[in-house]
Amino acid sequence: MWRYLVPVSIFAVLAAFFYRGLSLNPGYVPSPLLGKPAPEFELPRLKDAGATLGNRDIEGQVALLNVWATWCVGCRQEHGFLVDLAESGAVPIYGLNWKDDRRTALNWLTDLGDPYVASAFDELGEVAIDWGVYGAPETFLVGRDGTVLHKHIAPLDEEIWARDFLPKIAEQCGSLPCPLEAGE
Amino acid sequence: MIRATAFASAWAVLLGSAWALLLTSASVLMPASAWAIDPEPPFEDPQLEAEYQALIEEVRCLVCQNQTIADSNAPLAADLRREIREMMGEGATRGEVNEFLVARYGDFVLYRPPFQPSTWALWIGPAFFVILGMVVFARILHSRMAQPLDKESS
Repeated sequence: MWRYLVPVSIFAVLAAFFYRGLSLNPGYVPSPLLGKPAPEFELPRLKDAGATLGNRDIEGQVALLNVWATWCVGCRQEHGFLVDLAESGAVPIYGLNWKDDRRTALNWLTDLGDPYVASAFDELGEVAIDWGVYGAPETFLVGRDGTVLHKHIAPLDEEIWARDFLPKIAEQCGSLPCPLEAGE
Repeated sequence: MIRATAFASAWAVLLGSAWALLLTSASVLMPASAWAIDPEPPFEDPQLEAEYQALIEEVRCLVCQNQTIADSNAPLAADLRREIREMMGEGATRGEVNEFLVARYGDFVLYRPPFQPSTWALWIGPAFFVILGMVVFARILHSRMAQPLDKESS
């Protein structure tokens, strides 16, 4: 009896582990920032190097921080969606322009539209490290109290927005007047 | 036929010596610092430099996940090396640097995972299986030895 049971059970355990392990996406690294206060930052703005963009500008509202760069193909892919989202007025979108060239980035916004309330210009990628950024595009959802509620890595689209972001935004807003409702 | 062979072997000798020349000149002309990936000079304190090198060899590059940041040319790896170098230059310990990295990128960034409940199986598993194997082996051996010899020979 044991003679058969042991190999069969070992096989079953291994099969279960492999089934689980091989269906995971190794490119996805969960952010340790979720549920924690958004990292402090203060950077020059992309459009106005004299002014800065930091936590103070984002505070007090449910907002998106979108990490983008002109060298990033996925950013171009999601840009149309971001422009539509900004037009709908759902949530304010702030940009973190990551390791980019200022002039190229400005041209990008002129050519493709500017969905951002403002973009921070992170030339050296130091703020990106603080936010645990490792592959643009990344989009953070920050709550009213400045907590990181969600992080999406890869281009955003309608489906992901409705599935991952909307429920979390609804949770945050509760019965309060929510920018989301105002937008609709 | 003979001419063709001689021709081929002459080529082989030529190529071989060219290769040897290339290798020696490369090793002679390239000082050790040319192997470094970053433009910054190494730390003046050799012990600090060694610590820094050892540390970056145990930090995963998240862009190219099977490389360490010491190996990777990814811009993010360069940024992380710069950040770590700055921290160590200011006297940060290895633990502090690891804490800094884990707070931002999670445990995945470390090639040497910490010993915690979620990694117990990882750390203890191999020893567990070795012991299990030894126990099974001992039991099989024991049961075989318990058998009388003549039973097997008959």
